[in-house]
Amino acid sequence: MSALSSEAAHSLCQISWRLPSDLSQIPGLQQQIMDLLRQKGFSERDMFAIRLALEEAVANAMKHGNRLLPHKFVDVALGLQDDCVWIRVCDEGDGFDPDQVPDPTAEENLERPCGRGILLMRHFMDHVEYRDQGRTVLMVRRCACGTEAKNQAYYVSPVAE
Amino acid sequence: MSAGAAPKRRRLEVEDIGDVTFVRFTDSKILDEANVQVIGEQLFSLVDNHGRKNLLLDFSRVEYMTSAFLGKLVTLNKKVQQAGGRLALCNIAHKEIFDIFVITGLKRLFNIYRDEQEALQSF
Repeated sequence: MSALSSEAAHSLCQISWRLPSDLSQIPGLQQQIMDLLRQKGFSERDMFAIRLALEEAVANAMKHGNRLLPHKFVDVALGLQDDCVWIRVCDEGDGFDPDQVPDPTAEENLERPCGRGILLMRHFMDHVEYRDQGRTVLMVRRCACGTEAKNQAYYVSPVAE
Repeated sequence: MSAGAAPKRRRLEVEDIGDVTFVRFTDSKILDEANVQVIGEQLFSLVDNHGRKNLLLDFSRVEYMTSAFLGKLVTLNKKVQQAGGRLALCNIAHKEIFDIFVITGLKRLFNIYRDEQEALQSF
C-alpha cells in the first residue's frame, strides 16, 4: 500500500501538529481536521471514522504513552491522497507491544473500564500499523477524495514540521 | 483538563418514571475525552448521591462517542448492579454508535432496547 511505504511523498496535502500531553487539546485538533475534510467533501461516515480513530490514537499517546507529562509532546500528521486518508501519531513514551493488549471483547474482559481504543481504531480504519516499538501508529482509511478536493489540494498550506 | 475547562453545568436531563430514572444527554451530542469526565461524574452521582438504581439512558441525541465513554458506562453498570438495580440503553439513533456497542462486545453486557417504551417494560 503506497500510503504505508511513503505516505508523505504521495500526499495531495499533508498537515502536522505538535501538541502538549493535554487532553483538552484534542477537540481543537479534531475541529481543524473535520473542517478540512468537510471542505473537501468527505462523507459523514468517513468523517466519523477518522474523527474517532484520531481521538483514540491521540488520547492513547497522551495518556498511556506520555502519561500526561507536560514536557512530553504528541506529533500528529494527516495526509490526503487520491484514494485514502492517513494519520500518523507519535508519542515520547516507553512504547508498548500492541499484541499484548488483552482482547476487550473476551468474556473475562468485558467489564474492564478501558482497553477498547485500539479495537475501535482497527475497526474504523482499513489499516492500523504500530512502529517504533509502539510509539508511532499509522492509520489509513480508504476513501475517495472528491474532485473538488483534488482541485483545492494545493491551496491547503501544510504546517511546517 | 486545563484551567480553562468548561464549568460543571448539568449535562443530563433526568426524569423519574416510576422507579426508573430516564436520563437524556442535554447538549452532549459529543461524548468525547474532553467532556466525558464531567458527564461520567454526573451519571455516577445519580447512583452514589441520589439513590437512583434503575437507569435508562436515552442515546437519541448522541452522535459521537469514544472508548472513554464506554469505560464510564461499564463502571456505571457495575454501580447500579451493586445497588441492586439495572442499567438500560435506548433510542440509539446513529448506526455508527450502535456499531461501537457491537464491535466492542458491549451489546452483550448492556441491555439495549429500541425505544423507551420497550426499555421501560423491561424493568
